Amino acid sequence: MMNEAYNLEYKSLKKEGDSEIMILNMGPQHPSTHGVLRLELKVNGEIIEEVIPHIGYLHRCFEKHAEACNYQQVIPYVDRMDYLSSMYNDFGYAIAVEKLLGIEIPERVEYIRIIMGEFQRIASHLVAIGTFGLDVGSFTPFLYCFRDREKILTLFEKTCGARLLYNYIWPGGVSHDLYPEFKNDALNFLKEFKRNLKDLEILLVENKIFIERTAGIGVLSENIAINYAASGPMIRGSGIPYDIRKIEPYGIYDRFEFNIPVGEGIMGKKGDCWDRFYVRYLEILESIKIIEQALDSLPDGNVFEKLPKKIKPKKGIVYSRVESPRGELGFFIISDGSDKPFRIKVRAPSFVNLSILPEIAKGCFIADLVAILGSIDIVLGEVDR
Amino acid sequence: MTIKEIFDLLKNRFENIKIYIEKFEVGEEYIVVSPDVLKQILQEIRNNPRLHFDYLMCISSVDDANGEIKKDENGNKIIKGGTLSLYYHLYSTTRNHKIAIKTSVDRENPAVPTAIDLWKSADWHEREAFDMMGIKFEGHPNLKRILMPYDWNAGFPLRKDFITPEYYNDLKIPY
Amino acid sequence: MNTINEKDNLLNNKIEYNSKDKNFYFEPGVIIAKADELFSWARKSSLWQLTFGLACCAIEMMSTSASNYDFDRFGVIPRPSPRQADVMIVSGTVTLKMASRIKILYEQMSEPKYVISMGSCATCGGPYWQHGYHVLKGVDRIIPVDVYVPGCPPRPEALLDGLITLQKKIEKEYLLKEKNDNKRNI
Repeated sequence: MMNEAYNLEYKSLKKEGDSEIMILNMGPQHPSTHGVLRLELKVNGEIIEEVIPHIGYLHRCFEKHAEACNYQQVIPYVDRMDYLSSMYNDFGYAIAVEKLLGIEIPERVEYIRIIMGEFQRIASHLVAIGTFGLDVGSFTPFLYCFRDREKILTLFEKTCGARLLYNYIWPGGVSHDLYPEFKNDALNFLKEFKRNLKDLEILLVENKIFIERTAGIGVLSENIAINYAASGPMIRGSGIPYDIRKIEPYGIYDRFEFNIPVGEGIMGKKGDCWDRFYVRYLEILESIKIIEQALDSLPDGNVFEKLPKKIKPKKGIVYSRVESPRGELGFFIISDGSDKPFRIKVRAPSFVNLSILPEIAKGCFIADLVAILGSIDIVLGEVDR
Repeated sequence: MTIKEIFDLLKNRFENIKIYIEKFEVGEEYIVVSPDVLKQILQEIRNNPRLHFDYLMCISSVDDANGEIKKDENGNKIIKGGTLSLYYHLYSTTRNHKIAIKTSVDRENPAVPTAIDLWKSADWHEREAFDMMGIKFEGHPNLKRILMPYDWNAGFPLRKDFITPEYYNDLKIPY
Repeated sequence: MNTINEKDNLLNNKIEYNSKDKNFYFEPGVIIAKADELFSWARKSSLWQLTFGLACCAIEMMSTSASNYDFDRFGVIPRPSPRQADVMIVSGTVTLKMASRIKILYEQMSEPKYVISMGSCATCGGPYWQHGYHVLKGVDRIIPVDVYVPGCPPRPEALLDGLITLQKKIEKEYLLKEKNDNKRNI
């Protein structure tokens, strides 16, 4: 009797089947948002109708500090914006200031900058892949990636003394020369690392559960990607070969041979989370090629160009961009003839990539939202500056 | 195409509009327009098949600080008059050329038409320009603060005459 | 009887152990110690931390929990919910927008709770002390802090040293006396 009454009630409810929209908060402290990011979700059951990101929880007033310091004193602040790839932040800033000064730098410096930049790209992609695996549910790749990353950080520490925030690449050169056994250590590490990458391939790239969780989710089509100005692995995962190292080469990137991996939709649709992850994995292999070519032809020389103690560029405006591991990092510097910059504006790649999230996360489950956010690979220090 | 050729094309297309190129001793050159014709120029450079600028890289806001410097009652420096500037940096993925466009608005009442219907990436850049410098974008659907807290009422932080307030919601700010 | 003889033999075997350990005297299956020390030993060896990384110091905290400098051998596991955590490691810059959330999280943790302030930004504002209009100069303006770890960012070994200092502080606490007598002010 009770069973029949319960079944009747349940069936009548099921026929109507509509539910209200509930507002949920994935707050600033959450294990899966990569830092302090607040997402306001409007959900209908488990399906997401709308996502609104709220940022600004790590706004550290970089641009105001830059107006009060010398050109050299700004470099530690620039490091701390994208704290996972701080060599590349220094690189971008140094190139912008050298365009304003109009100086030439020694050959050895160019090679050292590219070697350090590409090692930093490998380290940053290892963190991205490791934490993406952790979000989706696998714990072992996280430990393997961090073990390999520690060896790269040991190389950096022997060169310049710091593990995470280096203050190494200055306008005009590099602060310390490479130590004598750097070439042997680097080549040994690369040989061992290529073997360890095969473990990662079995654990993540060809893993059926990982493919089920990420393929066909968060598809970003080409038109939307260009209209929203996506850059880095976001836009290359959708099939567009947009890489600043090939379009507008800076440094001496035009002397090296390397390919640009693009997503092709092998496992699901073109432009989904699996494509972006695979583009990052293939970029690690390309970076290894560039480092080996650069170490082969490393010339001798001094590592710093003679500059006066106070850098005073003439009046001018410059916008220079580099390809950081997350996308297009742009520095817009206005100088008014004194030794402090008048205005520095940073075009951060994660800031622009995060604005695509409301567009590609419509209609997916909450668990898929975590996978999409992990595949965009944001760093909140850059988003909020 | 170089910037000179793009500038000539625009000058031939719009004959009555004041538009000129500016360049300093070092650095890059850019095209200067006034704010009332800004929307027409932006539409033209996006839709013209020879130009086809479909990638908006960055919108930057600058405080020119070229007005008079006065002192108010407490002895703090205030700037009256003068301009605020906006710089648009664009790139074309099909033709592989880039350009920079500058406008200047009044400091007392800054207002510019929005570019969100042309490029969606302008959405968050314009919100940040409003938050940091106070420039209003007419036609923007959601012009709120983005980096500062929503109830921050102590001014616009990146202006040159911004004074750090003492307290925010019972939290002491200075060191 | 047989059982009494066996007991004597076992006691004789165990007496050699006792002479080195002055604090503990045991027969097989019985340990005698002060209750305070036993509770402190249990509490300090399984501090569960709240995953609360804000900025660059969070990456060093993640490196400390990874395999090279293992956090798990001290009994520290990351837990996402404040109700299940004992210690909150504030790593990174605290901004005004985030300050109210930190206070709510601290109040949601259950007693006894501890706070480690990691890095120079959480201690005193860090490199953003001079012109930071949105930076809170030190997290001790809103919550009470037990241990400060300096550095920008501190090395993983420095964070482990901070944890050991906190463990030494916990060893000296008394739980079984009156609340007013407790050495630590809550």
